[in-house]
Amino acid sequence: MRRFLSYRDFDWTLLSFVVALSVISVFEIYSATLHTKFVNFDQKQILWLIGGFVSMFVLSLIDYHILLDIAVWAYGICVISLVAVLAVGTKVLGARRWIHLPGGIHFQPSEWVKLILIVTLARYFTNLGGRDLTWRDIFKAMAMVGLPMLLVLKQPDLGTALTYSPVLLCGLFLGGISFRQAAILFLAASLAIVPAWYKVLKPYQKQRLTSFMQPDNDPRGSGYQIRQSLIAVGSGGIWGQGATHGTQTQGDFLPIPYTDFIFAAFCEEHGLVGAIFVLLLYFLLLMRLVQNAQTAADLPGTLIIMGVVAVLIFQIAVNVGMVIGFMPVTGIPLPLMSYGGSSVLFTFLALGIVMNIRMSRFVN
Amino acid sequence: MAGDYNKDEKVPAIKLTAMQYLVAFILMILVSGLWRLQVLGVQNYRALAQANRIRKVPILAPRGKLYDRYGRLLVDNYPSVTCFLVPEQARNLESDIPLIAEGLHMTPEQLRAVLLRYSHRPKYQPIPLQLDITPDEQAFIAAHTNELPELETIEEQRRLYPSNGFAAHLIGYVGEVSEDMLDDPRYAFYQPGDMVGRSGVEESYDPILRGQDGSRDVIVDSHGRELGSLGIEPAVPGKSLKLTIDLDVQEAAEKALGPRNGAIVAIDPHTGEVLAMVSRPTFDPNQFAIRIHRNEWNKLITDPEHPLLDKAIQAQLAPGSTFKLIEAVAGLQEGIAQNTSVDCHGGASFYGRYFKCWIAARHQGHGITDISKGIYQSCDVYFYTLAEKMGIDKIAKWAHRFGLGEKTGVDLPNEAAGIVPSPEWKMRNYHQKWFAGETISVGIGQGALAVTPLQLARAIGGLASGGVLKRPHVVFPDQIPPDLKQYYQEQFPGSGDATVHIDPANWEIVTDAMAQVTTFAGTAGMAQLNGIDFAGKTGTAQIVSNAYKAGAGGGKKLSDTAWFVGVSPRRNPDIAVVVLWQNGSEGYFSARLAAQVIEAYVNKQRRNANNLPLIVDKAPLAQPAGAKPATAVKPTAIEVPASAKGVRKVAELRNSPLSPATHTVGWKATH
Repeated sequence: MRRFLSYRDFDWTLLSFVVALSVISVFEIYSATLHTKFVNFDQKQILWLIGGFVSMFVLSLIDYHILLDIAVWAYGICVISLVAVLAVGTKVLGARRWIHLPGGIHFQPSEWVKLILIVTLARYFTNLGGRDLTWRDIFKAMAMVGLPMLLVLKQPDLGTALTYSPVLLCGLFLGGISFRQAAILFLAASLAIVPAWYKVLKPYQKQRLTSFMQPDNDPRGSGYQIRQSLIAVGSGGIWGQGATHGTQTQGDFLPIPYTDFIFAAFCEEHGLVGAIFVLLLYFLLLMRLVQNAQTAADLPGTLIIMGVVAVLIFQIAVNVGMVIGFMPVTGIPLPLMSYGGSSVLFTFLALGIVMNIRMSRFVN
Repeated sequence: MAGDYNKDEKVPAIKLTAMQYLVAFILMILVSGLWRLQVLGVQNYRALAQANRIRKVPILAPRGKLYDRYGRLLVDNYPSVTCFLVPEQARNLESDIPLIAEGLHMTPEQLRAVLLRYSHRPKYQPIPLQLDITPDEQAFIAAHTNELPELETIEEQRRLYPSNGFAAHLIGYVGEVSEDMLDDPRYAFYQPGDMVGRSGVEESYDPILRGQDGSRDVIVDSHGRELGSLGIEPAVPGKSLKLTIDLDVQEAAEKALGPRNGAIVAIDPHTGEVLAMVSRPTFDPNQFAIRIHRNEWNKLITDPEHPLLDKAIQAQLAPGSTFKLIEAVAGLQEGIAQNTSVDCHGGASFYGRYFKCWIAARHQGHGITDISKGIYQSCDVYFYTLAEKMGIDKIAKWAHRFGLGEKTGVDLPNEAAGIVPSPEWKMRNYHQKWFAGETISVGIGQGALAVTPLQLARAIGGLASGGVLKRPHVVFPDQIPPDLKQYYQEQFPGSGDATVHIDPANWEIVTDAMAQVTTFAGTAGMAQLNGIDFAGKTGTAQIVSNAYKAGAGGGKKLSDTAWFVGVSPRRNPDIAVVVLWQNGSEGYFSARLAAQVIEAYVNKQRRNANNLPLIVDKAPLAQPAGAKPATAVKPTAIEVPASAKGVRKVAELRNSPLSPATHTVGWKATH
């Protein structure tokens, strides 16, 4: 089979949205770390972004079908690395999420697992051959996602573990789950929440999950972050306080304004207008991705892209929802905005696969 | 081979469209949330953001200084530094303890005890470690800002009072405003923790001395670090006051009274200006300027001698024979004394009871005695007789005319009114009938009659001035801002300025007799001052009956109260001095103390007349604590300095269990 890939088919439109968001991200990280000890994080983020773009271009050249072929192996390595994290990982802020590699590189496997899960599930649902899903198929898919999810939950990293769920939900939805099966699953999940609440979650996790509803109850404790975030967003008004002039951000009232709460910092300094502009970029990006899914050459291509879409919209919803008080504090970064190498690399590798799928659409 | 996938199988387009709508829907919800916060809630959140970052830091107004009548410094301020520890800022508090303790001259145990006491507080609230730290302690903190980021200092002005309790009662002291005071409308503008005058001039002139605190709006970050400053409302310093006190006279009075219990007050009868005011035992107001130790405070308030009491205005004691001067004027003005003469044999019987004259103790009598000899020899029999002839109502009337039984209206807090007994008074207070024998006792200044030294000074000074009595005051009226004049008039009601009509002839009789007192013919011959026209009257007031004294085996505590009231010159005097020496036994002992004050005053006036410089240049101020030997402060002594409210955190520290309460101890020595 002859392969013919051309950069003419590279999705430059999609890339422009990504670049726009990345530039905004770097400027906001610069502003948010201006008076802190993280003062050069904007430069570091540029390095991560360069790495991300290079990875994206490299991955866009690799046929995604190869990824589908090696997905089983990759999944196995994923599970092993997650077990390794629990065994030998470095404890940071009470959670084992990182593996130290020689050369001072910190490696957080749980981010990568997302990507592998997207590809693995795409392969799984494709192999079902378009027939109606049996309960057995559904449980197999749930087990495939559930195993790494439990391992990550054990770290404990509730936020990242939750980001695996949209992969499953999207896969089931597009894979052909019937309405009846979905309804039964929904009911069962609702009933399972009660024991999970009491048995699985740690007290601090529960507190974080509930304090967003009444942030003023404990203004110095867990409600503090939400409260400061709401003040930051609200005081931005329509036009914002201006770059590097957000008092909540610059006065260090807003917690971690360069990662989880970067959108609050952005809203404070650029107001409703800036926030809507960013959300619009996300909207265009996601719509472009769905369009690419529609034009994909085959079913796994569509499923992979939609998996990426699901993860991205989930993270946007949870992160921005947290910043504006609609969601609990879960520590999920905002894709393409939050500082951090693992998050950047996941997003760009995912986009790299998407690029390859798009470029392959006319192949054969 | 890769790519072996079914090309025909597709995800239904409607599902992808559904996903698009889901994305759009989620983003719309997020936009609605942003709208709610950024458009509808913008005012509220902007206000909260401002409240987050802007902190009002008070700028403390320096308190006005006090000067004597010639502008000599009496009370000063000095900058004092307090060291705080903010637990939140510590990297490892436990391991820092030995270093901090060493640098602040405490033991680690003391430091731990302090930290333990404040352990229930949030970690961001500063703990006062050492008040009034020494320069080397300051240097230690400055040199260790990197190692010990938890240490902070605040500079504030503290009061520097004269040492050894010099004029302590007159000056008073400052302390934290108490809960009770905050309920008082007079203190409506005070915040908890403010420093306020708690006694003496510091209390009565607090509105003038305190000034007005300013404030500075600073921008802070979430750790309370200052990022910038917005605006300043400068503090208005308190106004300094010139007191009527004459340091030379005050010093002479301090020296004269020495360690004796009692009081000396000197006034200028022409104007009512108080020249000196001493009370014993005294206390050190510098102890209050930082924070008084709990046990020091307990010692002061439980001391049976009441060191905090200003006896010059608060001791209410029987005036003894000094009262005979008022009775003499009364008798003469009523036209009775001129025709009264007695033959004293050491006592006489009235209403069936025998009353002794003091001379009886020497197994003598005064013989034939008229009003003049009655005064300079202080013949009790004469005044028993006069009192009997006049009756209690006339005596009480004249006592009231001279301002007894009523506050003088001196501009000092908690002045006592004294008592002028009368049948009406007795019925009102004891529901008992007046016994005629009581009139006889009142005639020699005994019985229920009680006066304060200042009342006596005003009365006798006025008497010697021909009946022109002035309101005693310690601050020149021109020192009071016009808008407060009314307040000060209403604040200190009393007999004030008054004129008692005295016939010139009678005036001469009494004042000449007073001059005789300090001759060898009189009761205070030893107090004679060569070349100085020094007149006066002794008084010896029993505090228990002689029989009781004998039964109790005598003892110093039961000894008589020795009074002397002196003036110079005898008519229209420039100075009137009252000496109260509790348990001083004999009035003529007090006369010698009064003579020292008069002599110092007259010598000073003569130096002034010859343009010689003043002897004293300023009050003997205490050493500022910066120079004190570094001694560790006991943990119990460490409390939050009220005036350290300069910093937000400090403001939260205020709950002082140690606010000295105003002391209005009911105190009366006549048993």
